[in-house]
Amino acid sequence: MISLPFLAVMVIISIGLSAVIFRRNLVKIVMGTSIVASAINLFIVSLGYREGGVAPIFTGAPTLEMVLPTPQALTLTSIVIDLAVTAMMLSFAIIIYKHYGSLDSRKRRLRE
Amino acid sequence: MKRSSESGMSVIVRTVTCVAAIPVIIFGLYVIMHGHLTPGGGFAGGAIIATMTALFIVAEGGDAADRLGRGMLLTAESAGLVLFALLAFLGLRTTFFYNFLANSGSIFGTQVPFGPNPGYLETAGVIPLMNLVVGLEVFAALSLVVIFMFSYRREEQ
Amino acid sequence: MIRVKILTLVLLFAFLVACAVQTHPFGKPDQTFMDDYFIQNGQAETGSNNIVSSVVFDYRGFDTLGEASILFAAAMGVFLVLRRVEK
Repeated sequence: MISLPFLAVMVIISIGLSAVIFRRNLVKIVMGTSIVASAINLFIVSLGYREGGVAPIFTGAPTLEMVLPTPQALTLTSIVIDLAVTAMMLSFAIIIYKHYGSLDSRKRRLRE
Repeated sequence: MKRSSESGMSVIVRTVTCVAAIPVIIFGLYVIMHGHLTPGGGFAGGAIIATMTALFIVAEGGDAADRLGRGMLLTAESAGLVLFALLAFLGLRTTFFYNFLANSGSIFGTQVPFGPNPGYLETAGVIPLMNLVVGLEVFAALSLVVIFMFSYRREEQ
Repeated sequence: MIRVKILTLVLLFAFLVACAVQTHPFGKPDQTFMDDYFIQNGQAETGSNNIVSSVVFDYRGFDTLGEASILFAAAMGVFLVLRRVEK
């Protein structure tokens, strides 16, 4: 059977993908991409949970049974990569608005 | 008195921003420095300090984005990346990215016994130095992204 | 056109749920040999209390070098795109 955190992550990914598929405004498409990226980070972190575990830090640790530290290290890198992608997409949206005057993603722009 | 969105917010907001900048920056430096003892590290601390740039631009209006020093931030960002690669090369006697200061008795080299303990700041080798360098780079990069996006719309009107 | 979009979304959601069913149950990870080694020996070898920091900066420091380069490239990319070219 399916566990609840993984099902919640898949629902959030579908919400973000529906924003990318169904919306016209470029800024809303960028928001949908950002939602998908945050859901992926949540999925990576929730893969490393161990029942009854605490954070893998020895400063004032109550027990010695800890969750897995490697997915948290990979999520740090993933957050920075998502930030870089969102920054580049937003700067492209700024340039498109300056050159063509509209943020509609369905207007034909290559035929002058 | 003309008050549009380009001229910044009221006196109360600007004063509270100046007052609240000091605890936020000190807290960000604390998170960076204790990256090997508590959750956090270089990336989270750099992001905390970079929020002060965005808050400053929001409080002072869009015109203030041209007055912030971009050359200094570009130098700090490049210096952060170069120093990070340099710290990785310093352990090359054994391997690339070797922790040559851990358990060695030098500046950050105290040995730590196994098990829970109150955190000692002098441990963990080259990791606190890497935290400092990465925190500087993350702060400079995020501040630069915010400043460039704000000052692009200035020159149109 | 809108029916194609709805069909695509439903197919993607079904594929994602089929992937989520096949992962391990929440709270009982499968192969934990590498992470058990990190928890047992990380404090003695690197000397830091924070195992995540020692994994990010010591055991997998090469990934952090790539990540710092990506952040630098993002700032440079925004600078190059939003530039005022003098005519």
